Amino acid sequence: MTPIAITFLVISILTVWGGLGLALVNLSRHPEDEGHLPEEIAPEL
Amino acid sequence: MTTASSGGTPLAAPVGRETFSSRKLFILSAIGSAVGLGNIWRFPYIAYENGGGAFLIPYLAALLSAGIPLLFLDYAIGHKFRGSAPLAYRRMHRGAEVLGWWQVLVCFIIAIYYAVIIAWAAMYTWFSVTQAWGDDPGAFFTGEFLEVSETVNVGFNFVPGVFWPLLLTWVAVIGIMVAGVRKGISRANGFFLPLLVVMFVLLVAQSLFLPGAIDGLNAFFTPNWAALGDPSVWAAAYGHIFFSLSVAFGIMITYSSYLKRKTDLTGSGMVVAFSNSAFEILAGIGVFAALGFMAFTAGSTVGDVAVPGIGLAFIAFPTIVSEAPLGGLMGVLFFGSLVFAGITSLISILEVIVAAVQDKLGWPRVKASLAVSIPVAFISLLLFPTATGLYLLDTFDAFVNSFGILAGALVAVILVAWFLRKLPMLSDHLNRVSSVRMRSVWIALVAVVAPVVLGYILINEFISKIGTTYEDYPTWFVGVFGWGMAAALVVVAVVLTLIPWSSKSKLHHDPEYAALIAAEEKEEGR
Repeated sequence: MTPIAITFLVISILTVWGGLGLALVNLSRHPEDEGHLPEEIAPEL
Repeated sequence: MTTASSGGTPLAAPVGRETFSSRKLFILSAIGSAVGLGNIWRFPYIAYENGGGAFLIPYLAALLSAGIPLLFLDYAIGHKFRGSAPLAYRRMHRGAEVLGWWQVLVCFIIAIYYAVIIAWAAMYTWFSVTQAWGDDPGAFFTGEFLEVSETVNVGFNFVPGVFWPLLLTWVAVIGIMVAGVRKGISRANGFFLPLLVVMFVLLVAQSLFLPGAIDGLNAFFTPNWAALGDPSVWAAAYGHIFFSLSVAFGIMITYSSYLKRKTDLTGSGMVVAFSNSAFEILAGIGVFAALGFMAFTAGSTVGDVAVPGIGLAFIAFPTIVSEAPLGGLMGVLFFGSLVFAGITSLISILEVIVAAVQDKLGWPRVKASLAVSIPVAFISLLLFPTATGLYLLDTFDAFVNSFGILAGALVAVILVAWFLRKLPMLSDHLNRVSSVRMRSVWIALVAVVAPVVLGYILINEFISKIGTTYEDYPTWFVGVFGWGMAAALVVVAVVLTLIPWSSKSKLHHDPEYAALIAAEEKEEGR
């Protein structure tokens, strides 16, 4: 591959897959909060 | 399927709104919806045609400035108003309901033709083993396989080789829809999406070792800086992002309405958006490595063999499969990926219609699923597995994308941002439950950037389609199934809005939503 193509391959993967990695890290730092509502009205919420 | 608790509810307890059992399953389902056929056969060509490696700049700009903000807008509307597109918009403002029905009808049009492509891909998965296309995949596709008529018309000359796989596709999809959000949609995505990723990674790995693959990657990633000065390149990036992320046609509103009360909307949305883009980059690498091999064996250049869409999947790829070592395996991986990507997207498209009917008529899940899916499947089976089906599919696709999705998105952002002025309220809702805060920058992106870009793209689309008859098809054909279909969506949306909501509907009787509102008011009062 040409150096410029390799550079853009690396940049593409780093930005997009890196963005995904950061998004996953952010999500793991904010665990799911089930919330709470009266069970008899909204059992799934 | 979940139902409201019977304890303490004496009479005709309304059916409780279904929910995704976990945030992970919602994210998987949303990624399954976003990752569709376009990621595999559209993005690589769009990127190559619009600057190669340099396209990454407008692509990321479009993702961050329009794609993700509009994704969050859909999430906020669906989660705040907890309904299908018509119900959510109706709860936002009485006059906005018509926008929801417009989105539902766009999904109806897409569903009836999208299933046919899945059926083609399923057949080509098998053809990859037998290499049924012989020496001329192009002639095989339009001739022996689709038996395409020479005259552009609407006929009922059925092609059994497409009809039966299409019927099986619909049976499978209807089964998923009837099973509901948890047992159907969540499980299907939990199974198909990981399988899709594994298969596609194997396909990419195989493609990279083919002779000529390097030339394909050079063509794909070498930047053409001059392209960045061309407004059409930026429009292509924004246009692709809108289609790719499944925004503004009701899917994400519907899916987010099935989320629990305190789900992290923006944090989840970031994962969905970047996963979609990550898959697209992977698809670009795999597809262009394979095209590099095709050019190598043909003694031509990548530019000569690169084509988008149906031409790439059903003509170029079979050629590659015929010539590559272990080509049969490569074909199974590629077409199998199309099938799985297509099914996870199709069920999300159908869910928009099922949820809307369920909400408006107060019907239970199974009844609504069957009442929607069977007629949609019937129309799909009537119109598309025929000798003229390809012309209809092509016209529907071109016009519903431009004057259904794009026009609907433009109307939605203008209505919500400028007429109803709901963005501050939706911003507050996002920030109440989310980890990544959306404030004035998000509001500016949705209220200013998105309408400007959408308006520009839509005007260009209008000029290009009004200037010449689409694909040189007969004027009456384009008038009826292109312009006529697009106009009919708006008219029928108005008619559906005028139909009164059932007394059993979620609009009139939804204790869960009332409880949510009460809980939010209580929190705000603290």
